[in-house]
Amino acid sequence: MNTATDGDFESVVLGGKAVLVDFWAAWCGPCRQLAPVLEALQTELAGRVTVVKLNADENPETASRYDVSGLPTVILFVDGEPVQRIHGLKPKGALRAALEPWIS
Amino acid sequence: MDEVRNLIIIGSGPAGYTAALYAARANLKPLAIEGVQSGGALMTTTEVENFPGHPDGVMGPELMDNMRKQAERFGAEFITDDVSRVDFGERPTEAGAEGLKTVYVGETEYFARAVILATGSAWRPLGVPGEREMLGHGVSSCATCDGFFFRNQHIIVVGGGDSAMEEATFLTRFAASVTIVHRRDSFRASKVMQVRALNNPKVKIEWDSVVEEIVGEDGKVAGARVRNLKTGDTKVLDMTGVFVAIGHDPRSELFQGQIELDAGGYVKVDSPSTRTNIPGVFAAGDLVDHTYRQAITAAGTGCAAALDAERFIASFIELPLPVGAARW
Repeated sequence: MNTATDGDFESVVLGGKAVLVDFWAAWCGPCRQLAPVLEALQTELAGRVTVVKLNADENPETASRYDVSGLPTVILFVDGEPVQRIHGLKPKGALRAALEPWIS
Repeated sequence: MDEVRNLIIIGSGPAGYTAALYAARANLKPLAIEGVQSGGALMTTTEVENFPGHPDGVMGPELMDNMRKQAERFGAEFITDDVSRVDFGERPTEAGAEGLKTVYVGETEYFARAVILATGSAWRPLGVPGEREMLGHGVSSCATCDGFFFRNQHIIVVGGGDSAMEEATFLTRFAASVTIVHRRDSFRASKVMQVRALNNPKVKIEWDSVVEEIVGEDGKVAGARVRNLKTGDTKVLDMTGVFVAIGHDPRSELFQGQIELDAGGYVKVDSPSTRTNIPGVFAAGDLVDHTYRQAITAAGTGCAAALDAERFIASFIELPLPVGAARW
C-alpha cells in the first residue's frame, strides 16, 4: 500500500487524481481492522482511486490541517480537494458507496 | 445447493474465536464470519490485566490476534465482512438433519447445520443533540483511538463503569484535565479501576450529572451542557473532547424475529447450555451475558457453544475424528 507523510503529502495526494487517504495509527485497534477492508477496496477500485496510508501519529501536521481528531478517518481527495470524509470502521460496501459518486 | 457446512460462527471477539478454536479442533471446519469489527470490544482497549495466563498483562488487539491465529492453526476459516441477514426458518433439509440455517453476506448464501451467534455488543451513544454530528470531531467512542488528539486539552468522560474508569485513566496521559460525568453518586466500576482513576490528579468528577447537549463551534466540540440531577442546575463545561463510555447494547438486530430475545435485546439461552429456542442455533458471549461481560466469560461460553454445537451435529451425522486424533 502507498504511504504519504507530512513531507510528501503535496506531491503524493494533492497532485493525484483521486486519492483516498487512510489516517491511522499503530495504537488504534479499529485502524488495524480497517486495513484489510481498504486493501480489498483498492483492488476493486484499481485504476479509479489510489489508497494512501498516512500515519497520523508521525505526521501530525497533515492530520491537524484536515481536522482529523478521531481514528480511523479516511478522506477522499479529488484533484487535490477533500470531497468526502468517513470516520470510523465501515464495511467495504458502505465505503464504496460513499466514494462512487466522486470517482470516475 | 452449495456446500453445506457443519458450523458457521457469526461474530468474533473472545466468544467467537474460542468457539472457532474448539470447533476447528473437533474437525468441524467452522466458518467464522467475523464482521468488519473483527476482534470485538477488546480491539479498542489498551492493556488487559485480567485475562488469566498473562501475568504481565496483554494488549487487547494482541490477545485477539493470538486467539484468531490459534483457531486458524486448526483449520478455522474466516470471512472479514458483516453478515447481512440470517434465515433460521424452514430450509431445504438433508436426510435425518434438522432444517439447515442460511447466513447471507451481501448476496452470498452460506448453509450450515449449526450456527453460533457471537456478535457481542455495540457502543451505546448518549443520544443527545450534537453527539452524532460531532462524532470524530471531538466526540469519541474510543479513547485509545482518539486520545492522542487531545494533548493538553480539557475533556470529559461520560460513564461510571470499568470502561469509563479505564478511558479516564488512559486519557490523563494526553489531556490537561479529565472530568468524569456520572449520573449517580457512586461508580459501579470495580474498586481497582475506581481507585486508579480517582487517585489521578488530573481527574475531576461531576457526580449526579448528565450531559444534555454537546455544544459545537465550527463543527467541532467546544463544550458540554451538564445538568445536575439532584439540584437541577445546568452549566456548560468548556472542553474539546467528549468520550462516551456509558455501556454497550447487545448486537442482536440481525436476529430479531428469528431468535428469542429478552426485553434488553439479549439472546435468550437455555442456561447453563448455550442453546437458543431454535435447535442448532447457539449463542455466546456479550450477546447473551447481562451480568459478567468479561473477556474470559465470553471465551468460556464460546467454548461451551462449540461443544453444544458439536453434540448437536453429531446427533444426526457422523463426524470425522478430531484434529490429531489419528496420532494419539
